[in-house]
Amino acid sequence: MRNSIFTIMKKELARFFGDRRMVVSILLPGILIYVMYSFMGSAMGDAFGVDEDYIPSIQAVRLPESASMLMDAAELPVGEAAAVEEAKAAVTAQELDLLLVFPEGFDQAVAGYEAGSGLPAPNVEIYYNSASTNSAFVYQSVAGLLDAYEAQMVNKFDVNAGGEGYDLATAEDAAGSFFAMMMPMLLMVFLYSGCAAVAPESIAGEKERGTIATMLITPIRRGDIALGKILALAVISMISAASSTVGTVLALPKMMDGVTDEMSASIYSVQDYLLLAAVILSTVLVLVTLISILSAFAKTIKEAQTYAMPVMLLAMGMGITGMFGGGASQDLAAYCIPLYNSVQCMAGVFSFSVLPAGVGITVGVNGLVTLLGVFVLAKMFNSEKIIFAR
Amino acid sequence: MRELLQVQGLTKTFRLSAKQQKLEKTREKVRVAVDHLSFTAYEGEIFGLLGPNGAGKTTTLRLLSTLIRPDSGDALVDGASVVREPDRVRGGIGFLTSELKLEDCFTPNYLFDFFADLHKVEPSVRDRRKQALFARFGVDRFAEVKVANLSTGMKQKVSLVVSIVHDPDIIIFDEPTNGLDVLTAKVVTDFLEELRNQGKTIIVSTHIFSLIEKLCDRVGIIINGRMIVCDTLDRVKDGMSLEDRFFEIYRETVGEAE
Repeated sequence: MRNSIFTIMKKELARFFGDRRMVVSILLPGILIYVMYSFMGSAMGDAFGVDEDYIPSIQAVRLPESASMLMDAAELPVGEAAAVEEAKAAVTAQELDLLLVFPEGFDQAVAGYEAGSGLPAPNVEIYYNSASTNSAFVYQSVAGLLDAYEAQMVNKFDVNAGGEGYDLATAEDAAGSFFAMMMPMLLMVFLYSGCAAVAPESIAGEKERGTIATMLITPIRRGDIALGKILALAVISMISAASSTVGTVLALPKMMDGVTDEMSASIYSVQDYLLLAAVILSTVLVLVTLISILSAFAKTIKEAQTYAMPVMLLAMGMGITGMFGGGASQDLAAYCIPLYNSVQCMAGVFSFSVLPAGVGITVGVNGLVTLLGVFVLAKMFNSEKIIFAR
Repeated sequence: MRELLQVQGLTKTFRLSAKQQKLEKTREKVRVAVDHLSFTAYEGEIFGLLGPNGAGKTTTLRLLSTLIRPDSGDALVDGASVVREPDRVRGGIGFLTSELKLEDCFTPNYLFDFFADLHKVEPSVRDRRKQALFARFGVDRFAEVKVANLSTGMKQKVSLVVSIVHDPDIIIFDEPTNGLDVLTAKVVTDFLEELRNQGKTIIVSTHIFSLIEKLCDRVGIIINGRMIVCDTLDRVKDGMSLEDRFFEIYRETVGEAE
């Protein structure tokens, strides 16, 4: 004898994959996310970066020998400014990147200045235009050069001289904590979107179209219909969520281009991904079950989508807790709360601090919640008030 | 003759909304749709439920098909109680009503197999039955056309074919010829007679007198949820045309109530 749950599942999947528009609507978000995030990453890079071979236009008044040597060393060509006001106007008009105005006898004044004397120190004026990316960039570098020169003259002690090799976090840790902050919330949103795209259609839609009653007059058990539908919806939601997730994981490094050097999802092991897959699957089951039950109350697909909104807020809210939690909770009790436990597990996997027992509890609790939901949904399918509500 | 369907004091009430109470100027919170209804249908006969709109025909058939539960009373469908063994009842009946729709995106071929699976029909039996029924109703030429693209008549034929995938002994049809042209209606009524001749029990509900006179062996007249008369067609007619007899009964009953 054929298994009725399998029959229902097969029908749901056939209905879904027979509709090309549905398939596209599920796969499209992933592609869009990839294109959008990559575009955002490169746009941000453009906005805050300056071409490496860009030659800035700098003019100076009374350029002292010391500064001239500094600028030469940094390969920044400096021209002589004819008149201060004209040069300032040129900076405003973005024709000139920078104007340096040194006081008379700068080098001597600096050499003769006592830091403790209470007199004002010799002041270098640098005029720039913050509206121009190039000007702002050149200002940063020249101001940095002069600051470094000043620090070098009165040097009493350094902190992290040279700057390299002091951050002991591995590139993996850095990428991990970044993923741990971003991914749980994104994943929760993607999982919700996947479920919300299909569950109202399948439950409230069948009620609206009057096709569920046709199924209810066959001897099939209501629980089998509920479970078959939930499993099929979970499969479809997983595909949708996987599409969005792959798009994100591929695009995030591009988005963070220039912020961190080494950023790739390849830092995680197969075991990490397996744990993640278990967590995601159980989360999808919980979400699909929740939305299915809400959809069963609704008379139309539209109404069902409205009822599902609180679930989205819940999923997103839980996702946000992952951003501030600082890795996974070490308290096993936290893994007994559906959805919250998913976020904790995800944060744990991404930050390399996952508690396998926590994942176990999560999968178990979510499985129980799903079974309870199937039971409730079966009861609802048996209720004439719910099936024939008008 | 074997009693295949025994309906015993079936009662069903619906709650009236506050608005509806105001509209009807009544303080009753519930409306009795089916009121202690009893009747029996025998093996190998067509039983007709006749009544005006809102008499409770469809509610009665929904109760028999276990889509809704009675407030009190019971019905035994081939020995299975609609209250205690709804699954067994569903396995033994074929139910067709215009409110049971088929999903637009599937083909008749797919739907036949799907419902055969739900009824746990063996694939070999299913294929034989499918071939015969599709040929009988001309569905075969449209077997791979999505339901959405079928004509109304063809949709109705597909619904009919799908409702009897499991070759049930009791067939319940709510307004079997509603919305069908005369040709399609004849195909359906001829088929119902054929099923009776095979020994099946058929319950139809209708408000069309000619359909009852043409098809039914016995008839029950329902008015306001109550069974007023239930007997063989000839005895109910009592020498009149069914239409005249019905209006006589209607006047007597409603006059009695007022």
